[in-house]
Amino acid sequence: MELNQYLDVFIEESKEHLLAINNNIIALEKTPHEISIVNEIFRSAHTLKGMSATMGFEDLAQLTHVMENVLDGIRNETIEVSSNVLDVLFSCLDHLEAMVLDISNGGDGKRNVTETVARLAAIENGEGEAAPINANNDDNGREQELAIDSFEKTVLLESIDQGYNAFYTIIRLRDDCILKAARVFMVFEVLEQVGEVVKSVPSVEMLEQEEFDSEFQVTVITKTSSEELIDRILRVSEITNVDVHPITRELLKSVDEETPGSTETKANEEQQEANLTAEKTDHAKEAMSGQKGQTAVTSKTIRVNIDRLDQLMNLFEELVIDRGRLEDIAKDLRNSELNETVEHMARISSDLQGIILTMRMVPVEQVFNRFPRMVRGLAKELNKSINLEIIGQETELDRTVIDEIGDPLVHLLRNSIDHGIELPDVRKKKGKTEEGTITLRAYHSGNHVFIEIEDDGAGINREKVLKKAIENGIVSKEMSLSMTDKQIDELLFASGFSTADHISDISGRGVGLDVVKSKIESLGGQVAVESTPGVGTVFSIQLPLTLSIIPSLLVEVQQEKYAIPLSSIIETAVIKKEEILSAHHQKVIDFRGKVVPLIFLKDIFEVPVVSEKDRFYPVVVVRKGEKMAGLVVDSFIGQQEIVLKSLGSYLTSVFAISGATILGDGQVALIIDCNALIQ
Amino acid sequence: MNEKKVIVFQLNDEEYGVDVHQVKSIERVLPITRIPRTPDFIKGVINLRGIVTPILNLRSRFNMEEIETNENTRIIIVTVDMMEVGLIVDGANDVIDIPVDAIEPPPEVVGGVCAEYIEGVAKLENRLLILLNLEKVLNQQELNQLEQIGSGL
Repeated sequence: MELNQYLDVFIEESKEHLLAINNNIIALEKTPHEISIVNEIFRSAHTLKGMSATMGFEDLAQLTHVMENVLDGIRNETIEVSSNVLDVLFSCLDHLEAMVLDISNGGDGKRNVTETVARLAAIENGEGEAAPINANNDDNGREQELAIDSFEKTVLLESIDQGYNAFYTIIRLRDDCILKAARVFMVFEVLEQVGEVVKSVPSVEMLEQEEFDSEFQVTVITKTSSEELIDRILRVSEITNVDVHPITRELLKSVDEETPGSTETKANEEQQEANLTAEKTDHAKEAMSGQKGQTAVTSKTIRVNIDRLDQLMNLFEELVIDRGRLEDIAKDLRNSELNETVEHMARISSDLQGIILTMRMVPVEQVFNRFPRMVRGLAKELNKSINLEIIGQETELDRTVIDEIGDPLVHLLRNSIDHGIELPDVRKKKGKTEEGTITLRAYHSGNHVFIEIEDDGAGINREKVLKKAIENGIVSKEMSLSMTDKQIDELLFASGFSTADHISDISGRGVGLDVVKSKIESLGGQVAVESTPGVGTVFSIQLPLTLSIIPSLLVEVQQEKYAIPLSSIIETAVIKKEEILSAHHQKVIDFRGKVVPLIFLKDIFEVPVVSEKDRFYPVVVVRKGEKMAGLVVDSFIGQQEIVLKSLGSYLTSVFAISGATILGDGQVALIIDCNALIQ
Repeated sequence: MNEKKVIVFQLNDEEYGVDVHQVKSIERVLPITRIPRTPDFIKGVINLRGIVTPILNLRSRFNMEEIETNENTRIIIVTVDMMEVGLIVDGANDVIDIPVDAIEPPPEVVGGVCAEYIEGVAKLENRLLILLNLEKVLNQQELNQLEQIGSGL
């Protein structure tokens, strides 16, 4: 099959639809009676079903199909949106996500979903029992005026808004008509020429099997007038009568989803879907929802492979290097026209850099949107009641940071849910609301993005933390006496620390918050905690806007150039030889009252010595958390924005080097990883 | 006839060959930035049109005596297992087709290079071509071991 080329598109779009379903189910949980949300979910599920069936992923198609039935029941109000229903929908979503993931990893998307399907079917049958009884009232259909469900109502309303005419048409065939199905087919063909059939009573399938007397009704949307419509339909022979009633906005509004009619429609739809030839009505709906998509969201976007953006970035960097050379040449030549051109080029290229960088930015929403579900699930498991508030999900971060930040955030959230928020009765006793609140907040500030996780729980139990820290040998008893509250809070990030009395599978598997801390530091960020007992705890993460361009200080060590990221620099100083002290065979300096060990880069990096400096030593004071060190260099070159590049996959673990950058003269300079230098 | 296209390069008066599919380009010597605390044969990294590429000296990789770079010295950029690496060789100036049946399994030691790194030896009319097994030459396990020894010092 030549479907491979569509696979990428399929995967991307499936992910989008799953995301939409996820968001909408969460929204539905808050407002269970909002039919428009159900419609949205239905639409996504429906599209997903169509796509996966086309691509041959049958399990996926089957599951979405059953899911659709339940959704249909909800929007026809035969199924109540209960917590059970939502649970099943979520588990559906889990399965669907797993399938899509499998497909994107090259699998066939097969998965055992019988249990979920059974649960869906149970919901569908258990609470939708009214349907078959009403379905018997088919004869009433003759007299029924305008029985439409809310979905059709929206479709019709939208088409009226877009200048279409909607008609409710009753067509009567001659009683002695022999090939009724053929006539019906011809009528449909005529209608499809001028518009779209939204719905027919009886269903298309029943019409085709001639399971009707001599009369049927169709709802059409078209641009033509009612006269022309009648005229066209009457051209089909053996038709005795055509009644066309216009459907107006007012009429639609007055029809409030008639339940008996809609259950019937439901039955119709299912039959239609089972039948391939019944695509007409579905098609009409799809066309409509497509049109809706165009009018509602007019953001013009295209999908670009991230590799291409990286390539663009690479090419741009080369341009910057050439620009540097041109600037040098222009300086030497002192030609005013050349100077002007080079200056102009410099301005344009810095604009270009801004654009390329923003192209790589993605809203944190991508990471955040999976949290509400997770929080909901965990809260349920722990019998807690938790409301997750998300603020600033539109805040943008570099794609590379986004990819890495998910796990640490999950960890922190789990921590807040498990250890922070108390059980409802405990909260009640303390005079708090039974429902705990966790606020997830993201915002820009300067060159950084901050993400905060705030809970209104018990706060950090410092006594317990200290006790545990002493037990685990992280601090000694004597040390613990002189520790400040902040220092005690920081112990949470010490390795091998877990305060939970019993190990739960939510958090505290021994790999504690230290993992979070090291992950965030590896991204060039920082994490801090602030807590008030009884009131709550705030974890705040500070992240660089982008990982690929970092401000740094260029230094020279003998004849080699190195870059030190500004984020880890406290300050620079020039010290005299006499100021260097010796303690335990370690050279140290007294820096603002603190003893700071010195690291001679030329020794640790085994730099070939060309000339020995004497009296003065330039020192860059860097930090890792609370610890500091002074890096002794030979000279400071200056501050510069550098582009971080990897050393290539051959060199994976080079000591104390986090990457390389290309300087203006085209040479490569290495970037020092201060975290590795400070022990 | 079944033939194989190889890039021919010189190393210590011997001729070697690597499969043309593994070779991305051949460069003159560019300024190399040394990387501290890596094995001796890793010369550093270069800026290869915007991509930072590690450079190995093939002479020291095979424990041969290093020589000063001269006008013949070339860097062969090879791609193996998604890794892009440059190899410093004494010279590279030829691409030839060799019949597959002229390739013989390697003898124990050829020109000081361990048999492990050799895929085979091609006997042509008047020359002997040693075909390198680049996967082995760029074996990362060995690199990691060397690194550990290096950092242990």
